[in-house]
Amino acid sequence: MVPLSWYLALSAALFTIGVAGVLVQRNVISIFMCIELMLNSVNLTLIAFSRFLNQSTGQLFVFIVMAVAAAEAAVGLAIIISVFRNRETLSVDEESLLKL
Amino acid sequence: MIELPIQQLIFLFLAALAVFAAFNVILQRNPIYSALSLIITMCALAGTFLLLEAQFVAAMQVIVYAGAVMVLFVFVIMLLNVRTEEARQDRVKYLKLVTPLLFVALLAEVFFVARSVTTTPAPLVTPAGEHPFGTVEAIGEAMFSSYLFPFEATSVLILMAMVGALVLARKRTAQEAETLGKIIEDANQPSLAPASPVSELEENKHELAA
Repeated sequence: MVPLSWYLALSAALFTIGVAGVLVQRNVISIFMCIELMLNSVNLTLIAFSRFLNQSTGQLFVFIVMAVAAAEAAVGLAIIISVFRNRETLSVDEESLLKL
Repeated sequence: MIELPIQQLIFLFLAALAVFAAFNVILQRNPIYSALSLIITMCALAGTFLLLEAQFVAAMQVIVYAGAVMVLFVFVIMLLNVRTEEARQDRVKYLKLVTPLLFVALLAEVFFVARSVTTTPAPLVTPAGEHPFGTVEAIGEAMFSSYLFPFEATSVLILMAMVGALVLARKRTAQEAETLGKIIEDANQPSLAPASPVSELEENKHELAA
């Protein structure tokens, strides 16, 4: 059997890579994908703990996280489209103002 | 040579794949390559979910995440012309220098915490009369009995997100643009109004009328 610490280490590595991606990437879609990566790593932690505590509550949390992530992706991409329509750019450095 | 059980070998393979693909996500400049790498990461994570005996969640991970959400991403990337963004120079330079330091620091911190966890898995015991762990039956029973309220709240959230996405992403009609332009004109001097997308739409409207 795989020890719990291995799963936690993998999850930590993925989360850290996601944080680094948010800092490194300047494209707003790529930043959004890094946020999805972080959500996924947290899902792995929840599933691992649910297995090791022998309770399915963690898996239900993962479902709710997935639903929220899907809703967030829909709204976020809609915002990105509307910003791109007004600004013609996806770089977060250029989009520093909320008004047109 | 250390003898490793087959499960650990599978885990190591999946973990290496996930971490490699995750690095690819953040190092690629073209978002379409990032999206494809992210799909690989999610599929590898679905494999680790299977190792943790969460079959239903693994299936949902592939269908909802790697399927629906990432198709949405790829669709938006294709819809917007992102190729011109690649040539753009980054204005914020210091982040590229600070990020590796922060990365190593955060990684060391979380590994230190993860190292102190020494739990080894107990074999699964299913009490008589209950559904086996991680199956659709077990999850569905919990979701529609003790966790009914969060489930319903999530459905309201998704409905709101759907309406919000529709409102945000649609194009303004000429009539709406006219009203918006009037509001802006009322608020500002007539010479300062209206902003560029509105005036463009108004021009289109005049062309159509002519």
